[in-house]
Amino acid sequence: MSKIKLTSIAIKVNGVVREAQVEPRTTLVDFLRDTLFLTGTHIGCEHGVCGACSVLVDGDPVRSCCMFAVQADGLSVTTVEGLAPERGKLSAIQDAFCEKHAMQCGYCTPGMLIACHALVERNPHPDEAAIREAISGNLCRCTGYQQIVDAVKHATGAKSGAHD
Amino acid sequence: MTEPRKFRYIGRHRRAVEHRRFVVGKGRYAADIQLQGLLHVAIVASPHAHAKIISIDTAAALAMPGVHAVLTGEELNVNTEAMLPGVDAPQVKRYPLAHGVARYSGEWVVAIVAESRALAEDAAELVEVEYEPLPHIVDPEQALQADAPLVHAANGSNVIFQRVFNWGEVDAHFAAAPHKLSYRARWARSSTVPIETFAVSAWSNDATGILDVWASIQMPKFPDQLARALRMPGNAVRVHFDVDVGGSYGVKRGLKHAVLVGYLARKTGRPVRFIEDRLENMRGGDMQGPDRIFDVTLAFDGRGIIRSMRMRAVDDVGAYAGRSPLQLGKPVGAIIGPYRIASVQYEAISVMTNKTPQEAVRGFGQAPTNYAIETGIDKVARYLNMDRIELRLRNLIGKDEFPYLIPSGTTYDSGDYATVLGKALDAAPLAEIEKERDALRARGQLAGIGISTCLEPSGGNSAFEPLFNPKNQTTTWMDSCLIRIDLNESITALMGTSTSGQAHETLVSTVVGEVLDREPDSIRVLHADSLNALPSNSPVGSRMAIMLGGAAAGAAKKLRAKLMRIAAHNLGLPESELVYQDGNIAAKTEPAKRLTWGQLVEIAHRKIHQMPKGDEPGLQEKFVLEVPTGGKLPTADGRVQMYPCHSFETHLVLASLDPQTCKVTVHRYVCGHDCGVMISPDVVHGMTYGGIAHGLGAALMEKFAFSDDGQLLSGTFMDYLLPSSMEVPSISIVDHCTPSPLTEFGQKGSGEAGYLGGPAAIASAINDALAPVGASIDALPMTPYALWHALARAEKNSS
Ligand code: FES
Ligand code: FES
Repeated sequence: MSKIKLTSIAIKVNGVVREAQVEPRTTLVDFLRDTLFLTGTHIGCEHGVCGACSVLVDGDPVRSCCMFAVQADGLSVTTVEGLAPERGKLSAIQDAFCEKHAMQCGYCTPGMLIACHALVERNPHPDEAAIREAISGNLCRCTGYQQIVDAVKHATGAKSGAHD
Repeated sequence: MTEPRKFRYIGRHRRAVEHRRFVVGKGRYAADIQLQGLLHVAIVASPHAHAKIISIDTAAALAMPGVHAVLTGEELNVNTEAMLPGVDAPQVKRYPLAHGVARYSGEWVVAIVAESRALAEDAAELVEVEYEPLPHIVDPEQALQADAPLVHAANGSNVIFQRVFNWGEVDAHFAAAPHKLSYRARWARSSTVPIETFAVSAWSNDATGILDVWASIQMPKFPDQLARALRMPGNAVRVHFDVDVGGSYGVKRGLKHAVLVGYLARKTGRPVRFIEDRLENMRGGDMQGPDRIFDVTLAFDGRGIIRSMRMRAVDDVGAYAGRSPLQLGKPVGAIIGPYRIASVQYEAISVMTNKTPQEAVRGFGQAPTNYAIETGIDKVARYLNMDRIELRLRNLIGKDEFPYLIPSGTTYDSGDYATVLGKALDAAPLAEIEKERDALRARGQLAGIGISTCLEPSGGNSAFEPLFNPKNQTTTWMDSCLIRIDLNESITALMGTSTSGQAHETLVSTVVGEVLDREPDSIRVLHADSLNALPSNSPVGSRMAIMLGGAAAGAAKKLRAKLMRIAAHNLGLPESELVYQDGNIAAKTEPAKRLTWGQLVEIAHRKIHQMPKGDEPGLQEKFVLEVPTGGKLPTADGRVQMYPCHSFETHLVLASLDPQTCKVTVHRYVCGHDCGVMISPDVVHGMTYGGIAHGLGAALMEKFAFSDDGQLLSGTFMDYLLPSSMEVPSISIVDHCTPSPLTEFGQKGSGEAGYLGGPAAIASAINDALAPVGASIDALPMTPYALWHALARAEKNSS
C-alpha cells in the first residue's frame, strides 16, 4: 500500500467534530464523500469551475474540490446534509427549490443550495441581479437557472417569474 | 380530440416527488453507491490522434502495492464482443480499450485497477506505451477524399453511411421554381455535457453468477448490449435502474465504460468502479455531439412559397460509431420542419475522422437540421426583401391541414403553428422588442431580432434503424409499466429504466393518480432492475410522457376495470349503473350501496369466493405500450413514419453584440410552445428553459475544438464554456395546447424543447444584427472571435 504519511485532522462537519487520518493530497470533497459518506456533495469538474462541490467553510461558500482536507483542519464545514434546521424539516430555500421546481437531475442542486444559503445569509432580500450573481459560479445544465432564480425570490419574499 | 380534456391531477402544479431527496443530499447517484471492498479504475489514454501501439509495458504498474490488475486491449478484446455501429459497417469495431491501433487522442489504451483512485492514477504513470504515429485526419471534408488516411482501414473508406433520398418531384419543382438559393450552414461539435460525468460500478457474484451494475445511464437496450458484449446470458446481468442520473440529455450511453468495468469486476472478483474525471469525460468518454456541414438549396417563388429543398448533410462522427450515424436519420421525420415543402432531396453522409466519437445528443440530430432549415428561411426572406415572420406565415402548415403527410413519409399528428407564433409575438410584444432593438442600435450596438419556428418530433420510435440499416428490422420501441395495489391499499408502480432529471416518478404517479382517482403523492413509483423490469427503451426521443405515461395509464385502466368488475359482481349491478370516485364504487342511483377502495382491495387479496369468475386474485396489472403509429418498415425509397407526435416551438430573441468586443448579450427571450397536454407543467417548463440555455451554449459558446494534430483543445470547463446564470437571460414561455389525437391524454413530448429551435433563433438575431453592416455568419458557435472575423470580412469586402 501507499507509503504516503497520514495527517490527523479534526473538522467540525454539520456541527459534529469528525477526527480522521488522511493523506495530505486528499481533497476536502473526497474526504466528505469517501470517508464521512456525505455523498450529497457532488463532483462535476475537480477544477473549480462547476460549483457542484460547494460547501460552506466557516459560513463562506467554498469549492471543496480545490481545497485539501488538511486545510479544513480546525474549521467548520456545512454540507447540503446540514442545511435543514432539523431532521424532517427543510430550510426556506430548500422548500422553495421544491415548490418552484428549481432542479431536474438534482446534481448541481447541493452546490446551488449552498450558494443560495450563503447569499441570503448576507442579503436576506436579494434582487434578481444579486441572485444571478450569487449562483453564477454554479453550473446547471438542466434548468437554465430560471426556476432557481424563481425559488430564491420565492423564499425571500420577492415576486417571481412567468409561471407562478 | 379537439378541445383539451379536463383533469383532476394532470396539468396542475405539484411538487415533484424526486425533489424531496435531492434538496437534502439524499439522491443516490452511481458514484454514491457504497460497495464493500470496492476497487477503482484509472485509464491510460492515447496521446496521439492515430498511432500504432508497438508495445505496452505494465510490469512496474502491476508491481505497485495496492494494484490489482492492469488490463490492455490484447486481453480484453479476445474475451469480449465488439460493440458494433447502428449502421451496417461490421468492420468498424469498437472495444473499450484500443488494441493494435489507437484512433483518436484520448482513446483508452490501458486500465489499472487499484485500492483507491489515487493509487490507480499513480500506477497509470508507470505504464509505458510505445506508439508509432500514423497519418491522421481531422477535417470531415478531407476525410471524404479518396486519398485521405483511413480511420478504419478494414472499412475501406472513412464513409460509414451514405445515401441519397428523393422524396417527391424534386427536379420538376426545382425546374419550375423562379428562384433558387444555395447556402452552407455549419453546426459545430458540441454536446450536452452533463455536470455529472459517467460513473459505473459492477460486482460479480461467483455463487449466483449475476453481475450487478450501477451506472449513470440513459440508453435503450443497455442491459442486453452489455450482456452480449461480455458474452453473458441476458439473465446474468442485472442493471439497477434505481440510480439517479446527474443529467444526460442523450449522451449517457457508457456501454464501453460498463463493458470494461464489468469485465474487471469478473476478473478481480471484487466490486470495481470507474468514474470519469472531467477530461476523461470530454476527451475519452465518447460523448461529443453532431458535427455537421449542411449544403442546402431552396426552390421558391416570388411570394416566398418554398416548393422544394435539396439538402446534403455531412456529419463527422469521430473515430468510432455507435448510434451516431442514425442522428442523420431521425430528422427525416421532420425534414421539412413546420413548412409545406412539397419535395425534398436529402443526402446523408456520416464520415469518420480521428476525433472523439459522437454520441446521441438532445433531439438526436434534429436541432442541427432545424438550424439549417431556419437559416434558409431567413435567407429567402432577406433575398426577397420580405419580413421573416410573414414569410413563415405563408409557408407554415395550417391548423386544418392535419394530419399532414410530409414527403419523407411521416404524418404530423396535429398543430396550430400560426396561432402559437402569434401568441409569442403578442406576448413579447414584438413592437416593444423592435423599439428596444432600435434603442440599442442608437447606442452604437449591433442589435437584432431573431425568430425561429421549429418542430420537436416526439414519442421516440426507432424507425431510423431499418431506414439506415436494412439488416435491422426493428419496428417496435415499446415502453411499459407494472402497477400493484397491496393489501394495505397503497399503490406501487414500477418502471423499467433510469431517470436523468425528467421526474418520471412524478409523471407516473400523476398519471396513475388521474386514472385511479387517488392522490398521486400516495403512489410510490420505483425503478426496477433489468432482471425484473418489463421492456423499456429508456427516456430517449422525447418519449416518456407519451410512452411511459401511456403505459402507466394503460395499466391503471386495467386495474380500474378490474375494480369495476369486482364491484359489479358484489353489488349485483351492471357496471353501467356504477360510478367510480376516489377509488370507491357506488350505485349511481343509490349511493349508499357502495364498496370502498379498502373493501375492493380486500376482496381481491383475500376473498376469492367474492371475485368474479375468470379474474385472478390480487391487484396487479402490466401494460406494454407500442409507439403509436409504429410498426412499419420503410419503403424502398426511404419513406417511413418516424415519431408519432410533433410538438411545435417558436423563439423570439433580441440580442446585441458590442462592435468592439463582439460580446453577445441576449436581452429578451420569448418561447411559444405547444406540446399538447402537459402532464406536469413545471417539469415541461423546466426542460424548456434548460433546452433554451443549452441551445444558447451551442449557438454562442460551446465547441469541442481540435488542433490540426487532432488534440482536443477544449477539455475543461475553462475552455469548453457552459452558459452560466449570467449568460442565460430571463425567459418567458407562452403555452399553447393542441392535443395529440394519438395519445392517452393528448400529450406530446417535450424533453428536447427549447434546444430544437433556440440555436436557430439566436443565429437569426445575430444575423439581423450584422445585416446593417453587410456582415453575416452561418456557422456555430458564434463566438466573439468568429463574429469579429465576420465583421472584419464585411469591412474588407466593402472597402
Ligand atoms: S467539482 Fe469543484 S468546482 Fe467543479
Ligand atoms: S438540476 Fe441537473 S445540473 Fe442542475
